[in-house]
Amino acid sequence: MADPITPVLTKRWLSPNSWRLSTYEQLEGYTAVKKALKKPQEQIVALIKDAGLRGRGGAGFPAGVKWSFMPQNEDKPHYLVINADEGEPGTCKDIPLMMADPHSLIEGCIIASYAIRAHHCFIYVRGEVLHCIRRLQAAVREAYDAGYLGKDILGSGFDLDIVVHAGAGAYICGEETALLDSLEGRRGQPRLKPPFPAAAGLYAKPTTVNNVETIASVPFIVNGGSDWFREMGSEKSPGPKIYSVSGHVERPGQYEAPLGTTLRELLELAGGMKDGVPLKFWTPGGSSTPLLTADHLDVPLDFEGAAEAGSMLGTTAIMVFNETVSVPWAVMKWTQFYEHESCGKCTPCREGTFWLAQVLERMVEGRGTEEDIDTMLDVCDNILGRSFCALGDGAVSPIESGIKYFRDEFLALCEDNKAKQSEPELVGTTA
Amino acid sequence: MTIAPEETETEVPEGHVKLVVDGEEVIAPQGELLIRTAERLGTVIPRFCDHPLLDPAGACRQCLVEVEMNGRPMPKPQASCTITVADGMVVKTQRTSSVAEKAQEGVMELLLINHPLDCPICDKGGECPLQNQAMAHGRSTSRFVDTKRTFPKPLPISSQVLLDRERCVLCQRCTRFSEQIAGDPFIELLERGVHQQIGTAETADVLDMASKTSSGKPFQSYFAGNTIQICPVGALTSAQYRFRSRPFDLVSSPSVCEHCSSGCAMRTDFRRGKVMRRLAGDDPDVNEEWLCDKGRFAFRYATAKDRIRKPLVRDDSGELVEASWTEALRRAADALVAARDGNGAGVLTGGRLTLEDAYAYGKFARIALRSNDIDFRARPHSAEELDFLAASVVTTTPEHVSYASIERAPAVLCVAFEPEDESPIVFLRLRKAARDKGTKVFHIGQWTTTSVRKTFGELLACPPGGEAAAVDGIADHAKDLDAALSSEGAVVLVGDRAAEVPGLFAAVTRLAERTGARVAWVPRRAGDRAALEAGAVPTLLPGGAPVTDADARRAAETSWGLDASTLPAEPGRDTAAMLAAAASGELDALVVAGVDPDDLPDPAAARDALAMAGFVLSLEMRPSAVTEHADVVLPIAPVDEKTGTFVDWEGRERPFTVTLDGTGALPDCRVLDTLAVEMDADLFTQTARSAYADYDRTRAGTGTRRAADAVTATATATETPDGTVRLATWRQLIDNASLQVEEPHMADTARRPVLRLSRGTAERHGVTAGEQATISTERGALTLPVEFADLPDDVVWAPARSPESIRSALGAGHGASVTLSGGAR
Amino acid sequence: MTESTEVFDADSHVKAAEIIGRYPESRSALLPLLHLVQSVQGYVSQEGITFCAEQLDLSEAEVSAVATFYTMYKRRPCGEHLVSVCTNTLCAAMGGDAIYAKLAEHLGENGTPLGHEQTAGTPGETGSITLEHAECLAACDLAPVLQVNYEYFDNQTEQSAVELVDALRKGERPQPTRGAPLTDLKSVELQLAGFFPDEEQFTTDVDGPSAAEETLRGARLAQERGWVAPAMRDEEANHG
Repeated sequence: MADPITPVLTKRWLSPNSWRLSTYEQLEGYTAVKKALKKPQEQIVALIKDAGLRGRGGAGFPAGVKWSFMPQNEDKPHYLVINADEGEPGTCKDIPLMMADPHSLIEGCIIASYAIRAHHCFIYVRGEVLHCIRRLQAAVREAYDAGYLGKDILGSGFDLDIVVHAGAGAYICGEETALLDSLEGRRGQPRLKPPFPAAAGLYAKPTTVNNVETIASVPFIVNGGSDWFREMGSEKSPGPKIYSVSGHVERPGQYEAPLGTTLRELLELAGGMKDGVPLKFWTPGGSSTPLLTADHLDVPLDFEGAAEAGSMLGTTAIMVFNETVSVPWAVMKWTQFYEHESCGKCTPCREGTFWLAQVLERMVEGRGTEEDIDTMLDVCDNILGRSFCALGDGAVSPIESGIKYFRDEFLALCEDNKAKQSEPELVGTTA
Repeated sequence: MTIAPEETETEVPEGHVKLVVDGEEVIAPQGELLIRTAERLGTVIPRFCDHPLLDPAGACRQCLVEVEMNGRPMPKPQASCTITVADGMVVKTQRTSSVAEKAQEGVMELLLINHPLDCPICDKGGECPLQNQAMAHGRSTSRFVDTKRTFPKPLPISSQVLLDRERCVLCQRCTRFSEQIAGDPFIELLERGVHQQIGTAETADVLDMASKTSSGKPFQSYFAGNTIQICPVGALTSAQYRFRSRPFDLVSSPSVCEHCSSGCAMRTDFRRGKVMRRLAGDDPDVNEEWLCDKGRFAFRYATAKDRIRKPLVRDDSGELVEASWTEALRRAADALVAARDGNGAGVLTGGRLTLEDAYAYGKFARIALRSNDIDFRARPHSAEELDFLAASVVTTTPEHVSYASIERAPAVLCVAFEPEDESPIVFLRLRKAARDKGTKVFHIGQWTTTSVRKTFGELLACPPGGEAAAVDGIADHAKDLDAALSSEGAVVLVGDRAAEVPGLFAAVTRLAERTGARVAWVPRRAGDRAALEAGAVPTLLPGGAPVTDADARRAAETSWGLDASTLPAEPGRDTAAMLAAAASGELDALVVAGVDPDDLPDPAAARDALAMAGFVLSLEMRPSAVTEHADVVLPIAPVDEKTGTFVDWEGRERPFTVTLDGTGALPDCRVLDTLAVEMDADLFTQTARSAYADYDRTRAGTGTRRAADAVTATATATETPDGTVRLATWRQLIDNASLQVEEPHMADTARRPVLRLSRGTAERHGVTAGEQATISTERGALTLPVEFADLPDDVVWAPARSPESIRSALGAGHGASVTLSGGAR
Repeated sequence: MTESTEVFDADSHVKAAEIIGRYPESRSALLPLLHLVQSVQGYVSQEGITFCAEQLDLSEAEVSAVATFYTMYKRRPCGEHLVSVCTNTLCAAMGGDAIYAKLAEHLGENGTPLGHEQTAGTPGETGSITLEHAECLAACDLAPVLQVNYEYFDNQTEQSAVELVDALRKGERPQPTRGAPLTDLKSVELQLAGFFPDEEQFTTDVDGPSAAEETLRGARLAQERGWVAPAMRDEEANHG
């Protein structure tokens, strides 16, 4: 049984100037890449498969399997693209990681690029996190100067260039194909799949898109081995994971714990509910994962556990809300977010979020009706699984789960409305 | 108890798969989109973004169906416009799946929440896919009670296209068409989410944008009208048609475009005897479902106020006055008989003629005027060209080269041919071939034109006039092109402008013989190919046999019921020679139809010839430079008011019937038939049908004898005197052509006339970008704004109409030496 | 046609070429080019769109389509500073909504609160501020947060936010909680385009604080309690 906190990705964060190459090298940095570059590519892919490393960006797709989709030949250029467009509400793990330990990502990029036969890697960082971009840029420069990037890396004959690319403000670019369109200088709208990026991704060339935390885990797996990695977490969801705990807790922050840790355990680490005000609802992995309640304190927060509880693990962005927060209001705020971030490509998401936001705004203002609740659920049903990409699915999560667990709160708003309506009109008010 | 029917396993042909749609087993070709498979079964799945000629988008989500693969239902409904058929797939459409039905109803409801209820005043009302599908698949009431998204009502995105953003369902057909098919990404998605909208750089909400119009910024495309036609709602409407009519008041008639040799199938919609609009017809072999803006919008010349509706004769005071048919025909017949019996009369026809009309002119010349003096080439022409047409073009059919063979070709070489300007549908097919099929397109020309760029083409630059040398140089200097042209299916497209470059047709012929590439001639005008087939040339009989061939003449005489040896055996004069002869009195009369002197090699000389000719008979629709000099003018019918056949560049016959019946306007062939009777000759061309039958019988008789003469001519090296530059020129698609009058909205979408030259040339001649420059000859000068392009040194390009005819202004054309100077003259 | 050359000088053209050189296909340079345009003008103007179109051989419509898609491209002149307040649900619940409302009111004039993406003061002049509400800024453990020119100011209150904008209005440049010393919006746009200050300044910027107490809580707690990840075994035992 692993310790409650298992610092792997976060272990260097406490070191002074943790972002510098010199610090990184003192703390086993760039040792994994030296081993990896001596092994055949297939062996690295097999290692990551054996480790069971699942994508840390939300979907949980096995990274090794994703890599294995890449062609074995190099008939066309291959690309590795790092999804550092962290924007899922509540999610704040990749940015601190890149700020504190950018070289772990770069080392992961080199190993992953080598494994998938890419010689060009792009780190797509959301534009609003300038300091993170700065740190990455500095780290890339240091890595070039030290011979970890560029031509013939460490005498291995392997070449790799990394470009740090700043986004410009669009949540949808966290969707991997939208990210690719954006990286190609287009509107960040998702692409039709198939073809999948491994067949035709960036510039229609074989491409792998991985999340920051996923790739930063790779050097550790190379150094520690798959069995070591599997000593943490569960059978199907192995490894450590950065849980970002925010909201109404005493000590919000980043807690790297084995996958499968429960909210009860995380709350303990985070000092419990703030000022002792009881928990009302929370998200296991960002706003796109259905809300859970105090009934779910013991759900193991891994991919399977969250799904069994009717939610999703997502990005392990634990947003904790206490009893002072109105569920319809929170749901409205999130719906406004999805409306704002809908790319506009498909009808259900574009029109549906627009409609739902208006209904929720009206309800929160006390002008909702009971019928609105049914209408919303039906509109959600018409969006879920009907939209072009997962943004639409995410958009209905707070609404459906909010109504599922807190229907009374929505009804109460309607009751207020009914009460208002039934007040007799005063004589003369219509004059 | 029932007896199980005998199991019969359906054979699945190679390259096909077997699937089940709504319980019905179906065989479908691999790669077919489910929405088409269902359609073949008679199940129309509602859709908006889907269009068979555009790349799948999957954006509107209207066409969701349930799909089961390998016995496992897919968790989400699938967009049938993006998913391809697979073996063992089980599909349930809205007919058999409540999930699909609800998904479709749900999407429809969402599409309508922000759609205005202005159908009663919308152009699309009555033919609107949204309206129709909402009736079929929508709810009767909306649950949406909140505030609709609104936009200011229509925004002109060009002078021709108006955008109503409220009505738009963001299917992106228009943007995808412009980007994928036309290569004109001037219309785009702007903003995002619910604020997403279609727009142009000018409509984008960017500071200062609206107040500025720099070059090429509106929706400037020769193909913009297609976006109106494929818009599944009333978001894009045309300035020309807006609020003019309701679809259910219109009568539709299939028709064929008269504007170029592309041969587009069209649908002409009219109401109470007046054409209201034209739409692209669906002809996969020719124009697919597209039309250029000229074809779509330029039709009101026929209703111009100055249309000639009655015969005119010149009275004693020299004025043209209306006259009866009897009087006018008598006057013309008398004069032409006198001329025939004197020094003779010649026939000049232009590019607007149908096959039947051209045939009637040819027969008229040979029987009524007893002469081979007839030529359809109302533009620069040469004997070399005639030899080429006789040897390589006449009687060829689409079996030789077609739209389909362009699409299949490994390589296409364009010579003296600017596809986008001169045959826009050929251009679209070239682009499709290059974009989708990997066809390599090469252009011999002077600069990287839009046609070069948008066909992903490679330019082989040469000075104007140097094209023949360039073609001859391919073997040595462009080995990749040479190899490509030597591969099976390679095509050379040569424009009629090749006649302006001595030796070019000969060089192209040599190239084809050496490489095996097939050559097709793409004339700019709609009537040219038919005129060639019909024998409206000085050297060929109908069907392509030489007039010098006694057997062929005998066959024609038999077909035409003439005595033996009555047909003239000597080749006739060509256009230039006839004009010269008329000017010098060697010809006494000219019969002129659809000729614009400004297109002729020497417009001034042509005008002089018309003025000096003893007698001029003009068959025209509207007053022109020819009617100015005509002694008798006979009105003839525009295409809408007659039946006939065009022959496209492929040699494909494009028959059409009358759209507006009973207007009383007569086709050329009928007028000539009557005139010939007055001259005691029988043409048997009273109707287009009888003219065609006569033509068909005659060409069968003369056989398909091709002139065996080798096409020979040598390029004449032209000197560029010191201080001068060489002129390159051709006509742009939209200009001041006589069939483009009365279309102000379209006219404003014309490309701005500019002088193009390289920076180096500009510097040497004191010319500044953005300012004006002048080209001149001894005859005159032409001043235009300057734009830089990658032309060779000391070469300047100008449009042939700007709007002034370059040949009128300078007395010079493509390949000529002109003087270049900065500023206006 | 060439208005853009008046606004964008030779240096802009050199930088544009450098950006284009970073990518296998030129169009990828469009997002950084639009950041570059903002570094020159403080917003994306018509001239900026023309400039990008010319650099990449795109139509202006294609560039407009991209410029209007992303929220970081401002289409009206901006202040010296851009203040972005996170009003996504969690920050909002923790006080972000109140902070935004307070700043809007505080920066507004004549009782009219300053609107989203509106500017207090004359755009471009010292102390001018463009205010916006932003979506999740990925600093939820530090909620409520705001950014000035994309540098973080964490754990804000209405009062601290007002003090911050007052300082900015006065031409001061308070140190961000996390990030480099403040400059102005145009300067950071140049960095987003991939052009950073000279070595010395860059080192100072890079070394600007990044780890808040919250960021390190897990790691620190583990250190205190002696919790560690399982030990890696000998290299030989490793897979492969």
